[in-house]
Amino acid sequence: MSFTNHRKMQLYGSLLLLPAALLLTTFAYLPTVTTVINSLFLPGFRGAPTEFVGLENYQVLFDDPTFWQVARNNLLYALGTIPTSIALALGMALFVNGKLRGRGFVRMAYFTPTILPMIAAANIWMFFYAPQIGLFNSLLGMLGFSGVNWLGDPSVALSSVIVMSVWKEAGFFMIFYLAALQSMPPELKEAADLEGTSRWSFFWRVTFPLLMPTTLFVLINALINSVRVVDHLFILTKGGPNNATNLLLYYVYENAFSFFDRTTAATITVVILLVLAVVATLKFTILDRRTHYQ
Amino acid sequence: MRLRTPFAMTALAAGLLSAAQVNADSVDLTMYYPVAVGGALTDVVDNLVEEFESEHPDINVEAIYAGNYDDTRVRAMSAMEAGDTPQLSVMFSIDLYELIEQNAIVAFDDLVETDEEREWLDGFYPGLMENGQLDGKTYGIPFQRSTIVLFWNKDAFEAAGLDPETPPENWEEMAEMAATVREASNGEQWGVMVPSTGYPYWMFQAFAFQNGHRLMSEDGTEVYFDDPAAVEALEYWVSLATEHNAMPDGTIEWGTLRQNFLEESTAMMWHTTGNLTAVRSEANFDFGVAMLPMKTQRGSPTGGGNFYIFEDATEEEQRAAMTFIRWMTAPERAAAWSIETGYMGVSPAAYETDALQGYVEEFPPAAVARDQLEHGTAELSTYQGGRIRRALDNAVQAALTGQMTPQEALSQAQQEADSVLRRYAR
Repeated sequence: MSFTNHRKMQLYGSLLLLPAALLLTTFAYLPTVTTVINSLFLPGFRGAPTEFVGLENYQVLFDDPTFWQVARNNLLYALGTIPTSIALALGMALFVNGKLRGRGFVRMAYFTPTILPMIAAANIWMFFYAPQIGLFNSLLGMLGFSGVNWLGDPSVALSSVIVMSVWKEAGFFMIFYLAALQSMPPELKEAADLEGTSRWSFFWRVTFPLLMPTTLFVLINALINSVRVVDHLFILTKGGPNNATNLLLYYVYENAFSFFDRTTAATITVVILLVLAVVATLKFTILDRRTHYQ
Repeated sequence: MRLRTPFAMTALAAGLLSAAQVNADSVDLTMYYPVAVGGALTDVVDNLVEEFESEHPDINVEAIYAGNYDDTRVRAMSAMEAGDTPQLSVMFSIDLYELIEQNAIVAFDDLVETDEEREWLDGFYPGLMENGQLDGKTYGIPFQRSTIVLFWNKDAFEAAGLDPETPPENWEEMAEMAATVREASNGEQWGVMVPSTGYPYWMFQAFAFQNGHRLMSEDGTEVYFDDPAAVEALEYWVSLATEHNAMPDGTIEWGTLRQNFLEESTAMMWHTTGNLTAVRSEANFDFGVAMLPMKTQRGSPTGGGNFYIFEDATEEEQRAAMTFIRWMTAPERAAAWSIETGYMGVSPAAYETDALQGYVEEFPPAAVARDQLEHGTAELSTYQGGRIRRALDNAVQAALTGQMTPQEALSQAQQEADSVLRRYAR
């Protein structure tokens, strides 16, 4: 009796898992395996058979200065977008969580960039950044400064892309912080007020630690987003000028579809996957232990 | 309800009947096509397809807008890999080598049967055929084709004390006129802008060709980027900003340049003739269109998209695809397409139609791209084209942003290209 019940439960459980397992296998595990295999072979020229070359493709990739430039760009991009957008999101959430006239409107205004499709947003920003007719240089001109070629000058182009990404992402992360803030029990604040705690130490001692699970979630999301940038580069810079704004996934795309070099694309993908795996391990072993869940 | 039922039945019956008729021996074709300039070109294509279908009830064409040229190639190639190849597509004219290397397309010479069809194949401007041909066979049929032309703002020329009817003839004049505009406007207006994002190699090819230099070999296995004539061409381009103070520093955005011109922040721009109709309808100043200036000779590379037919289609589908392409490139359609977009009429016959003749008479700039064809050259097209173009794009941008001298940048691009093309050059 209990045996069949047990079997039934197992079957029931497996059936519940099946859709997810199927989707993950088709769209995550199988492609990963084929990508790893592809990165170990070199296709022949004009229909000649592919040849197993072991790690040679990785050797070639690590000798490619563009790859290192792109990797460096991506690191700078991550360092530029992640802390800034998280800090901004937290600030905005605290702001619109308080008593404020026209609160609904401000919340909506902060969230608007998130609703816009990336391509549309990038097209708008392309005109903000346009050197002669763009919004930013017109404003600078009014203040008497000469303009900057935001996307055309290699020394500022990457920063320009970063600014736009922060604008696009902060509002999205704000929503999570706002939700977390609203689910916080009001007794905590009341108790703190009775004790005469200052707002500053209440934030650092109570609010911020309680937001840690949200921060962790947002951090992971921001990290993922910093590695999967392709769409705005299409519109804004195409990775230029002279690779100044080329990022890893865009470089993968270029190799796979502009250069028809699937091997190199697969090799870079595997490298990205390995790096992300290391980061994920760190997350599970270190960060998770320091996070207090409610 | 009682009244409606018979009506619904009849409608259903009629629908079934007509569906049966269409299905009897009709051919379904899927086509991807790109749009690389502004404007509602998708509507134009949709209308053309509809008209074709009503004339050829046995052929159904599903025309799918697929983004810019790169996106379209990606979509077509991915569909091919997924075993769902389109029967025909409009793609970059310079995708030829890649498509051939993937054994993706068929030659039109193998498809044409009648004399009439052979005549059609020979009816296009030879300059536009160059990018679609390899080893004496034609793989690409010209459709949305362009050259680079010079747009100039006559009002700005007049304000600067220049003759508004005279565009620059050569490099020296262009630099001088551009600098004059810049000075006369007290730095409010730039003299000239040449876009250097999107397709920098294309613009650079024009400069190089005007200096008497062709950047690649006929068979697409060699490039000549670091030739002194090419270096001189890039030096001139850079000098427009650094020496003549007539063009802004850094790179100039392909996508916003037309707006720059329309808002009169530059007096001249180099751009594809595919923008002509849009500029015409939006400019609220007097403008002209001219051939690009010369150094030792006039010159512009051709550009734009060709029709291709895919190898995987059945023989019947390939024939139907050719019928569609013949219809789309017939003189009247080519003329209408040219008028609505600014792209070139692809055959001399198109310019002999009443429609296009009348249009050119009323609006002479419409003929500039065609007239310039006489001085045209094939667009940069080689094996491993994506990588080669990228190397040259980077070199041009590195020089324009002051990261490298033109000589350094082009030598590096040459080295990169040589190593990529090594196995083809043997």
